[in-house]
Amino acid sequence: MSKTSLSQSKGDNLPRPKINWGKLEEAEKFAEMVKLFRRGKINRDDFRRFRLQHGAYGSRMTDDYSMVRVKVPAGEVYPEQLERLALLSEGFSIGSAHVSTRQNFQLHWIALEDVSEVMRGLAEVGMTSREACGNSVRNVMCSPLAGVCTQEVFDPTPYALATAKFLLRNPMNQSLPRKFKLNFTCCEKHGMARIVDIGLIPQKIDADGKTHNGFKIFLGGGLGAQSFVGHQLEEFTSEEDLLYTIIAVIRVYDRMGNRENMARNRMRYLVNELGWEKFQNIVLKERAMVRVTQSIMVKLDLDKIPEVLGKMSISSDTPTKPEGFSRWMKSNVISQKQNGYSSVFLTLESGDVTSNQLRTMAEIAREFSAEGRARTGFLQDMVFRWVKDEDLPKLYSKLLEVGLANPGALTMASVIGCSGTTSCNLALTNSHRIAKEIQRKFLELKLDVDDDLRDATIKISGCPNSCGQHEIATIGFFGGGGRMGKEMYPLYSMSLGGRSDEQAMLGLTCMKVPAKRVIPAILKIIEIFKSDKKNGETLDSWIHRVIDNDGSNGVKSFNDIKEILKPVVVAPTIEQDKDFYVDYGNDVSYHARTGKGECAA
Amino acid sequence: MCCLSKEKIMRPTIDVDALRSEIRDKSVRVLDIRKEEDYKQSHIPDAVNLPLANLLADDSPEKVLQYAQSFGISDETPVVVYDDTFGALASRVAWTLQYIGHEDVSLLDITYGTWKKMGLETSTEKTSFDKKNHSLKLRPEILATVDYLGPAKEKGAILIDNRERLNFLENHIPGAMNIPYRMLASPDNILRPKEELKRLIQNRNIAPDAEVITYCGSVGTLSGLGYYALKSIGMENVKLYVRSFKEWKSLEKPIERQNDANYWDLSAE
Ligand code: HEM
Ligand code: SF4
Repeated sequence: MSKTSLSQSKGDNLPRPKINWGKLEEAEKFAEMVKLFRRGKINRDDFRRFRLQHGAYGSRMTDDYSMVRVKVPAGEVYPEQLERLALLSEGFSIGSAHVSTRQNFQLHWIALEDVSEVMRGLAEVGMTSREACGNSVRNVMCSPLAGVCTQEVFDPTPYALATAKFLLRNPMNQSLPRKFKLNFTCCEKHGMARIVDIGLIPQKIDADGKTHNGFKIFLGGGLGAQSFVGHQLEEFTSEEDLLYTIIAVIRVYDRMGNRENMARNRMRYLVNELGWEKFQNIVLKERAMVRVTQSIMVKLDLDKIPEVLGKMSISSDTPTKPEGFSRWMKSNVISQKQNGYSSVFLTLESGDVTSNQLRTMAEIAREFSAEGRARTGFLQDMVFRWVKDEDLPKLYSKLLEVGLANPGALTMASVIGCSGTTSCNLALTNSHRIAKEIQRKFLELKLDVDDDLRDATIKISGCPNSCGQHEIATIGFFGGGGRMGKEMYPLYSMSLGGRSDEQAMLGLTCMKVPAKRVIPAILKIIEIFKSDKKNGETLDSWIHRVIDNDGSNGVKSFNDIKEILKPVVVAPTIEQDKDFYVDYGNDVSYHARTGKGECAA
Repeated sequence: MCCLSKEKIMRPTIDVDALRSEIRDKSVRVLDIRKEEDYKQSHIPDAVNLPLANLLADDSPEKVLQYAQSFGISDETPVVVYDDTFGALASRVAWTLQYIGHEDVSLLDITYGTWKKMGLETSTEKTSFDKKNHSLKLRPEILATVDYLGPAKEKGAILIDNRERLNFLENHIPGAMNIPYRMLASPDNILRPKEELKRLIQNRNIAPDAEVITYCGSVGTLSGLGYYALKSIGMENVKLYVRSFKEWKSLEKPIERQNDANYWDLSAE
């Protein structure tokens, strides 16, 4: 043993992870299972089920590599956890990590033999990949603005954490018909309560001379080959009933959900087949049962002790404002309901971060955030809350140093792209890269500062499966293959008008757009919007007016948009334009290739 | 009666405390592999400078022998090598000394950067030593040449590629296994603790007595570290394919790759 050692005195009184989600034994078990599998002692299907239950997907065209999905319940991630992700991504993955749309971190291209080491590394800092894939309750999400949002009724975070804690490894939900998703939001605006299995929005009512906390609960929403918007269970679900409701819904789904047809086994299909009222009744009856039978044993372990905030302002002198600061302030920073504090959003490219950037994020959480941690967002992004307003210039300078100071996070420039052909077996196009290209174009054209575009979104999936959530985008795309003679080219289906807020609706399919024409098509839509819009209209509201056939002089209907775009999307011959036949990130002509998908496994 | 073999027990790495006491006893020769400018600024006391570029310019056994002798290294002198490049450059030099027959070579288990961070003593003095004689006994059993690879693989030797994952996916020698060099280090040390390294190897189902050949992109630095990682857990039959993938490619040998996936686009760089 060395007597001389590096002092490890990082830890002052900064908050440490409150909940340990990890379990070291699971890593050991996983290593054993891999060995048995390699020796042929376990069959492929059993092993796959086990692997998915522990958060490891197969990679594109090969099971020898995994994507490990790290659950981040409520999105809360602590500095030491960010540092550990950096270390694990360098050692076992590709030196970058990925922030997903469901607040998870994903590490790609990990050798199957190393997955157990990654799990071990995660468990050591209180993280887990357990039940991040497979037929289980996935990461319990919570709005990154929960607790600081100006429009929220109360902070749902403790409820989200307690729910996640109750459900993780719970025997009740180890073998559901399919995956199951819960989202807590802060308010109507910031979240996706209506497009998941169970979506929850905080609500308060006054009764018996007291104020009661509770939720608006939406059931049976979800995106996919067939998408649905969730139904509200009842006017108000009280805090006391929260857990019973969740248990009841999961039990009904477990009992009645479709286990045969993999294309129809999400809960939304059950709701659709039974009809909402019938489903609603069954759930309410089930809840009454649960309440009676379980109320003594089962309670949510709510931690509502108010936190003592750490670090106060760190800037003593009036800082100079670096170049680009005000543009970044406009598009990446939101004032909190707490006076003098802001929440800072980082613009990532399709959610990718390098290990060095993760380390800088850990430093930022320690130095700048009074809560000493960060949150993963809903948009493949990262959020630092509780930053003192006067520290913002200094924080921006720090982000500049590591290439994390791009503007656009809270604007249309923050484009979502699923993994696509970078790692997903089902992908038909490189949705991941095209999302980065669109974002770069938007920033280059400074479209992030355009207020008309601010509330619009662009989201891209590499196949019809919607992991990129294209249906709730103002302009959404999913990948496919097009053909011209015998040549194939990468092609997207474009939909317009999707929304996930109170007026949640799925985008309407507009037309097919070749991959290499996606950027021109988007810019053309913006151009016609600009020339056609009425006073005060945003791109999003304009599209909705056109969809409602309430168009003005130039653009009267959805069909008019198609007509105007037609010349933009024509396919040239391969002799005219070779590049047209090559997907982003490739140097040879496009051909669609897919492997076996594991979404249903 | 104990019957310790005459051969010194090899210690692939040495920790700070042991090195400092050996420096005090003047019983060790320390080699600094960094660039000359860096060495001039400061180095571990009594270290001599052998920039890796100088060695690579001509790494013939005769030339390496000359270097060793000029640094006052005899057959018996314990040598410790360090760098500031996570141990990879130091590994390449250590391996080269072993290849010409020097037995007692170790890597300092931390980098110079860490040494300084720990506030340990440094010096700016350029050190020199009287020339010593050193014999030349080549050890072909630790070297793999391109011609050796094919037959060795047939006999079951395991080929390990120590480049980063994305480079490996893009192209590698057919049948190779990937252990990115970053996997070998711990946050503070150039190599992980032995139990951890052993576990990584066991997870890959590599037997302790397997023949293993490490290689990397060009000159055998990253794979040099791979070589010492395996030595440090007591594996005997390890070789370095020192000309590595650069030579393999230039000879237009067959290459394997992970097809039909755009993994590079996942990198945030
Ligand atoms: C038929 C198969 C699949 C279906 C129907 C499906 C569906 C979905 C849907 C609807 C989402 C939207 C996120 C949300 O609910 O908020 C999602 C998320 C996601 N999916 Fe899939 N998926 C499938 C297979 C896959 C595969 C094979 C991969 C890649 C290995 C994958 C990777 C992802 C990723 C990265 C996300 C982001 C969110 C997360 O952290 O969960 N999916 N999936
Ligand atoms: S949408 Fe399709 S391509 Fe994208 S991650 Fe999901 S399954 Fe893969």
